[in-house]
Amino acid sequence: MAPVSSQICPSPLFASSVIQMAHGSGGRLMHELLARLLPLLPGTVHQNVRHDGAIIPVGPWENLAFTTDSYVVRPLFFPGGDIGKIAVNGTVNDLAMCGAQAKALSCSLIIEEGFSVATLERVMASMAEAARVAGVDIVTGDTKVIDGGSGGNLFINTAGIGAVNPGITITPSRIVSGDAIIISGDIGRHAVAVMSARSDLTFNPPIESDSMPLTALVQALIQAGIPIHCLRDATRGGLASTLVELAESSGCGMAVVEKEIPVSTQVRGVCEILGLDPVYLANEGCLVAIVAADFAESALKVMRTVAAGERAQLIGRVTSQHPGVLMMAGPYGTKRTVPMLSGDQLPRIC
Amino acid sequence: MRFVDDFRDEELVATLALAIKHAMSKPRRIMEVCGGQTHTIVKHGLDQLLPYGLELVHGPGCPVCVTPIEKIDAAIKAASVDGAILCTFGDMMRVPGTTQDLLTAKAHGADVRTIYSPLEALSIARDNPVREVVFFAVGFETTAPANAMAVYRAKSEGLRNFSIISALVLVPPILHKLLDTAGVERVDAGSDRGVDAVLAAGHVCAVMGLKEYHRLAESLRLPIVVTGFEPVDLMQGILMCVQQLEAHQYRVENQYSRVVLPHGNTIAQRIVTEVFAATEAGWRDLGRVSASGLSLRDGYLEFDAELKFPLTADSLCSNHQRGLCRAGAVLTGQIKPPQCSAFAKECTPMHPLGAPMVSSEGACAAYFHYRGGQVDGASQFSDLS
Repeated sequence: MAPVSSQICPSPLFASSVIQMAHGSGGRLMHELLARLLPLLPGTVHQNVRHDGAIIPVGPWENLAFTTDSYVVRPLFFPGGDIGKIAVNGTVNDLAMCGAQAKALSCSLIIEEGFSVATLERVMASMAEAARVAGVDIVTGDTKVIDGGSGGNLFINTAGIGAVNPGITITPSRIVSGDAIIISGDIGRHAVAVMSARSDLTFNPPIESDSMPLTALVQALIQAGIPIHCLRDATRGGLASTLVELAESSGCGMAVVEKEIPVSTQVRGVCEILGLDPVYLANEGCLVAIVAADFAESALKVMRTVAAGERAQLIGRVTSQHPGVLMMAGPYGTKRTVPMLSGDQLPRIC
Repeated sequence: MRFVDDFRDEELVATLALAIKHAMSKPRRIMEVCGGQTHTIVKHGLDQLLPYGLELVHGPGCPVCVTPIEKIDAAIKAASVDGAILCTFGDMMRVPGTTQDLLTAKAHGADVRTIYSPLEALSIARDNPVREVVFFAVGFETTAPANAMAVYRAKSEGLRNFSIISALVLVPPILHKLLDTAGVERVDAGSDRGVDAVLAAGHVCAVMGLKEYHRLAESLRLPIVVTGFEPVDLMQGILMCVQQLEAHQYRVENQYSRVVLPHGNTIAQRIVTEVFAATEAGWRDLGRVSASGLSLRDGYLEFDAELKFPLTADSLCSNHQRGLCRAGAVLTGQIKPPQCSAFAKECTPMHPLGAPMVSSEGACAAYFHYRGGQVDGASQFSDLS
């Protein structure tokens, strides 16, 4: 062979003095950023517990769950949803992941100068409908208008509160070896819906976002007395990032069987064409439930009686082996690691 | 999905693994050219299903990985041209240039856009008539036709604000360079074997056909099997290689006949030939190879961003960590990614030292992603049932 002229490559000089888009994609960079920022907030309660919401004791009979989330999705409307719908469901679901039923939401709008009032009304109507479906009231809000370059942007922040029974502790620290890992439905529909709207890829029939409230599903599990150790909705970063995060925060390993993970034929088709891995695709109506080892079957039975859990599936087990690592068993008897995404997932180019 | 599922059939994969074992009489090294194939192999652990003594060597077929740093720097410079919009495929965004990558340029205010098709860049140019739209064209023969079509259309529409940076490269010339004399030289002592056979990239051949590979097989006295990307494809391609080797044959066989025609896609070839001509091209860490790249023909030079704007880099490679990354050795199959001392230490997908750790087709990314940094896969695993 002709000699390799040099086998070197310069290292990047981007020690991230500025924020990049990948800092917001729910993957490794975002976790690095949080690890850097959280210590700057010394008052932060339970800094080491990464959860979708905070639990605040308010009295002997009730704890308060409190959460906030900002919504910046582009485009504002996509098959199966819009920014208003996910602004409600996202926050409702963050509360649900604490075992709480959402009681009230706030709604803060940041609107760029030039934004269409009719579009704004359309988004508000969608929020109202989503709130009605989720059984939550939007009780307070704020509106700010900012200078805009393109005049087309709208950002929404919602915060939510809900009540939790003090007897319920749903947190990664309760995860133990042997626990069952259950996913509530098929994955990837939200990401594909947004991607299709974003890049004019159209599918027939359209793939719609799975955005929906998960409160009823969680409450059904609680009422059935299922020992839920942890819950997490698999939003940004998808199922894989969610499970890696739980593996890391619990110190346990996650062992999942690939073919047990429900993925619709359509989403699989899109993933095949674009070279995407569905386990990294964002969801807006899909949760991971980690339940006590012996309760896998009963949890599945309960979940499948609720609309949001019809396609619930046992996908794996928590293990004391490979702590902090998610491993996936493939179809050929071989296994692979599944790390957290380190940037945005990108379609392949050849 | 049935079509895909057939080529992932568990029993068929097991049967082929057994057939390979029975067919093989001595150790062999087979290079899979395409990064897509590398990913299938590592993701599904196909290498672990192969008999002892059959080693898969990962080839140079990752377009992002082989793009030379000068081209990345040129793209970053193009992004900083006043009023310019730089469009490229997502994978290119995170490949380190000399001082930064395109994502960092974007974070600092440059208008850098990820697109899915070169024709999207064209519509961005139409929608922004007062801005310069530069498309950073990267890829092998597979992506060349779509790039050619974008330039061809730009010319017929009279679009003056569209241009491309061509980092398009061709597979046969680099294979010839890598495999011509004694096969791939091993950097680790103890083995004198080079590459015994090649799995050629199916999609490249779908466009270009088999003609050049016949020449290559003949001149290198090397079995070449044009192979697809699914587990069954790869296992069958490997079996076909082993069978040729055992029979002392060296010819081109087409495992991927459901996609690849012997003459390729002549319509695609015509548009490529209309717009591009073969030219000497630089390959990251592999030097310059004659007639291994595609540059715009005379009639299309007005669309060459490197002629239109001053994009030549001022300085190259001033980095103190220079030397850690062994992308060249990985791209030529001389080492497996975990044998690089920086692998999973200084070099991770989050802080890549080289393109093979960035690209979704890069071998380093495949090992990092699917093996957690292990060469032989993750051995520790509990039962899942």
